[in-house]
Amino acid sequence: MDIFLQQVINGLVLGSVYALVALGYTMVYGILGLINFAHGEVVMVGAMVFLTAVSVLGGGPLVLSNSTIIVFAVLTAIFVCSILAFFIERIAYRPLRNAPRLAPLITAIGMSILLQNIAMMIWGRQYRTFPELFQIESYTFAGANVTNVQLFIVGISIAIMASLLAVIHLTKVGRAMRATAESPQIASLMGVNVNTVISLTFIIGAGLAAIAGVLVSANYSIAHYSMGFILGLKAFTAAVLGGIGNLTGAMVGGILLGLIESIGAGYIGDLTGGFMGSHYQDVFAFLVLIIVLVFRPTGIMGERVADRS
Amino acid sequence: MAATGKLERFRNLFCGVVFLISFLGLSGCGSDEQNAGQKVIKIGQVSPLTGNIAHLGKDNENGARLAIEEANARSLSIGGEKVRFELISEDDEAKPLKSTIVAQKLVDAGVIGVIGHLNSGTTIPASKIYNDAGIAQISPSATNVNYTNQGFDTAFRVIANDAQQGRVLGAFAIKLGAKKIGVIDDRTDYGKGLAEEFEKSAVASGGEIVAHEFTDNTKTDFTAILTRIKSKEADLIFFSGMDAQAGPMMKQIKNLGLNVLFLTGDGGQTQQFLTLGGAEAEGAYASSPGEPLDKMSGGKDFTKKYTETFNQSIQIYAPYAYDAMNALISAIVAADSVDPKDYLPKLAAIEHAGVTGPVSFDQKGDIKRGTISLYRVSEGRWAYIETLE
Repeated sequence: MDIFLQQVINGLVLGSVYALVALGYTMVYGILGLINFAHGEVVMVGAMVFLTAVSVLGGGPLVLSNSTIIVFAVLTAIFVCSILAFFIERIAYRPLRNAPRLAPLITAIGMSILLQNIAMMIWGRQYRTFPELFQIESYTFAGANVTNVQLFIVGISIAIMASLLAVIHLTKVGRAMRATAESPQIASLMGVNVNTVISLTFIIGAGLAAIAGVLVSANYSIAHYSMGFILGLKAFTAAVLGGIGNLTGAMVGGILLGLIESIGAGYIGDLTGGFMGSHYQDVFAFLVLIIVLVFRPTGIMGERVADRS
Repeated sequence: MAATGKLERFRNLFCGVVFLISFLGLSGCGSDEQNAGQKVIKIGQVSPLTGNIAHLGKDNENGARLAIEEANARSLSIGGEKVRFELISEDDEAKPLKSTIVAQKLVDAGVIGVIGHLNSGTTIPASKIYNDAGIAQISPSATNVNYTNQGFDTAFRVIANDAQQGRVLGAFAIKLGAKKIGVIDDRTDYGKGLAEEFEKSAVASGGEIVAHEFTDNTKTDFTAILTRIKSKEADLIFFSGMDAQAGPMMKQIKNLGLNVLFLTGDGGQTQQFLTLGGAEAEGAYASSPGEPLDKMSGGKDFTKKYTETFNQSIQIYAPYAYDAMNALISAIVAADSVDPKDYLPKLAAIEHAGVTGPVSFDQKGDIKRGTISLYRVSEGRWAYIETLE
């Protein structure tokens, strides 16, 4: 039983990581109907900027406490990612807003490759280690282990999802976002500045991506210029599974994907008598995705968010 | 996943175009200096000279160059003619696709033999091209078993292969006191091959494989498979893969509260593993083909020569590239001919006292006396334990 509990915890943590990134995908999709494939790369940039900021602040003339360093480095990462996302939208997506749907998808993939290569030039090809800014502690209960970073990841994903829901449903900006999602033309007739709303969506998404990048690299204590690609792909899968465009769905999809992967990897071998092993982990995850989409094409929590075509 | 494959292909294409442009721009610059009365013998060298292991690639090139310069200083004669050796060094970027392009380029340039490539993944595809051209290829560092298993009489290596390494690692795991072993492989050619040999040897020495789990070379989360290994009550984990996975894996082993020994192959025996694993890497064991430099028979002299010539320190494989080049030159001198038909039998039967130890090849072209050294992380450094054959 303690092993099963451990696998559930593993799944929850992995799932929260996916959810954190998936929130960014789903938010942009919900408002723009665009799959922002460069989102995974923004996560990577967030992690890299954080690590650079830490080494600059830590090596500078000022003697700062570790918590000050963390706060400033996270703020720097959020700031840089927001600026980056603003320009990504300006350069790669805005000129194509009225183009066929395939065109922005291709520029998104192009943007993703471009960002990866730029990051490789800036930060090099070597793997980076997360500095020891705080003690990673492992707690045991009922025979299962969990670290403080992992608890923090689960907590923060839920908190971010809740605050995003609050922003979208309770604030004026949120109302403008929902109006834009429904129909950009009519929203602009009603006095909503559609361009500002879309830029803001990208900026908020990038801020989340920066936080996700920091947490992911803290959890695995590794960062690399290619880390965003697979992470982005998995998060995108989670968003689709949960129902893309739906914030709660991204959370549900992420956690479900994490649980399937970890329980799959943990038990396929025993269930099939060694015929299938942990390398079928991804196969299982995508099988579940296909089954869900066959019966619910809009995903688990999916609803008809925007019908624009 | 299809999307990954497509992107990979697109990236390769992009790199190919960039390479082509740079190649066209540079091809006019090389000029062969002709020394009157001397016949020039061209020998190729291939390793990644750009990219994340460029430092290792340059190291191989330096080793080969040192041997060439020494041979030229002796002003050798072959077939009654004074000869001068010339090194043509190419960059394969550690990419299989690129490796065949540069291999063909070397064959077209008329090299009589090649020292290289550095990686198994590039050495194997290139070996077909050298075999078709009938010229010798000696890899200083490719360890995948398949390289010499293709039945090519042109393929040689001067380093112990993964079968030898897996065998030593399997026996070593039992020697450490392991009874129940969990194996994780990263499903690359290297990881899979090494894991298979490890399992065979560990079982033969009386161990039991309680779990064989899989990951890949992009993953960073191993909690699920580690938890499964924990449920099988393993007392040792053998990871067959690279340092980028091994480092984070060490941390997760500690966080999950697994009380196991950790053993990995040469993919993990790096400086990067120490940085990525941090304090949690302490006590990990790993192997590496060959011997540490200061244990090699000619290690001291070679280090001195190398640092004096290139004004930098040896990375890993330079002594092997040096031995490979010397073996090739000795075979040519012994055959008194640069025709592969004449020198290949001499190379296959060579007895060369190299820097890394005696160099002689078995039927397949593998080095006869292949040694594997074992290391343990102690106070944040790799501490040498012993060398086994």
